[in-house]
Amino acid sequence: MPATYEIPVMQLNPEQDRRVAVVAVENLHKSFGDHTVLNGISLRVSRGETLAVLGRSGTGKSVLLRLIIGLETPDSGSVCIHGQNIAGLALDRMGEIRKKMGFLFQHAALYDSLTVGENVAFPLVHHRRKMSRSERGDRVNQLLAEVGMKGNLDKMPSDISGGMQKRVGLARALALEPEILLLDEPTAGLDPISSGEIDDLILKLQREHQMASIIVTHDLHSARTIADRLALLDQGNVVIEGRFEDLQQSDIGFVKEFLKQS
Amino acid sequence: MVAGVNLPLPERRNRPLPSAVSSVPGLVNGFFEWFGSLGIFFWQVLKATVTPPYEWRELIRQLDEVGSKSFPLVAMGGAAIGVIISLEARYSLSRFGAKSMFPATLVYSVIQVMGPIITGLVVSGRVGAGIGAELASMKVTEQIDAIEASAINPYRLLAATRILACILMLPLLTLATDACALMTGWFAQTLVEPLSFHQFISSGFNGATFNAFLPQTFKTAMYGLVIGLIACFEGMRTRGGAEGVGRAATNSVVLGSLFLILSDVVLVKFILVFFP
Repeated sequence: MPATYEIPVMQLNPEQDRRVAVVAVENLHKSFGDHTVLNGISLRVSRGETLAVLGRSGTGKSVLLRLIIGLETPDSGSVCIHGQNIAGLALDRMGEIRKKMGFLFQHAALYDSLTVGENVAFPLVHHRRKMSRSERGDRVNQLLAEVGMKGNLDKMPSDISGGMQKRVGLARALALEPEILLLDEPTAGLDPISSGEIDDLILKLQREHQMASIIVTHDLHSARTIADRLALLDQGNVVIEGRFEDLQQSDIGFVKEFLKQS
Repeated sequence: MVAGVNLPLPERRNRPLPSAVSSVPGLVNGFFEWFGSLGIFFWQVLKATVTPPYEWRELIRQLDEVGSKSFPLVAMGGAAIGVIISLEARYSLSRFGAKSMFPATLVYSVIQVMGPIITGLVVSGRVGAGIGAELASMKVTEQIDAIEASAINPYRLLAATRILACILMLPLLTLATDACALMTGWFAQTLVEPLSFHQFISSGFNGATFNAFLPQTFKTAMYGLVIGLIACFEGMRTRGGAEGVGRAATNSVVLGSLFLILSDVVLVKFILVFFP
């Protein structure tokens, strides 16, 4: 029988409240049929800050990211990007907001009919039409070098490993120099060495680009390494939010159990 | 129970209905839901088609994919039809002493009826299945979500380009089918009774007007709309992994072919009324 616990009022860092939120999720509800996935989630992320969203499998972490990028529509609540509520926005209007966001899918979601280079160039081809072919080539090479995939331009996604696909997916997500970066389980399925390399890469990119980042993961070690704050989800609610030390000092049974098992 | 009505039934009638009967409301609901979703999808594609930025590069790629890569298949289909009609028509016309009508019979049969429908069915099988499977595979691997997350309208990039390519290429492919059918039909006839190609064409098109052939050829643009729209719709709404991909490909072909034939009923009547 799972341990019972009381869900406390979400603890926000007062310092955090004073900074302007780039991404603000307020009282978000989402259900699929009879199954409630998110039950009133509220989160904020500021520029230059990384928030890790943790929880067991099936607790709605990926759904939260999909709601923030607008691939799903909430049942109620709001998702604000730079103060604008994106819920219900038309596709083309939403596109203008998405140009400021980068999304790394759990399985990279590379376009399997395009090469690695073409995958990374894809957003540039569509949104930087005035860029010359050589400028675009230079930018693609720069992005691939940043993620440690230089020299793999002509390979197909099926020719590279899962970890390499994630790196290419990350390069593609960074192509338009986003202000907001959303990462869905960036180290899922990777060996410990590759996971460490991805963590180091994300840290380095965060330092250089100062993006507002939300990382969904069930890997506590990874979250500790790269995140400024952690939010732990369970049964559609935020059980606790704060720094790793706040989680360690928490008396909530679920939090203790999660830390113990991780 | 009829929807919204709860009548008290006598005891002796209180038996469970056969599953086929009890599934009828669900089938009717599903039927209208499918058409409603198709209508919404069509509206999204139409909006995306007429608003910039336009995806010219992808459109040209699809014109090649739908048009030039379907040419060998429709040519073979047309060639076969030409021989079949030639053999059947010669036999039938001989029985009624109307062998001299053979060229006109072949020409009118191919251009007005068989050429368009054979082209439509062949393209529905090849292109419809290809588009349905490709888009379904992209859907289940989140590639369409990735396109949308990259701030690119997937209706514009994926659906509008493919549908436009089908609309533009079907009439041209129909002309290819017709040409191959007439050539092989003439050739099959010449093997039995020598007839010069010039004589065959003159006799076949004798007294023909544009109204006799052009509407029937360009109605295939509507076939292209049906094939492209249903294939893109089935592909982009796929769920369920590999099984879903297979289902999408099958539905694209089956429903595309079915609606193509049904639309022909309407189009034939339309042509007869407006292009007498």
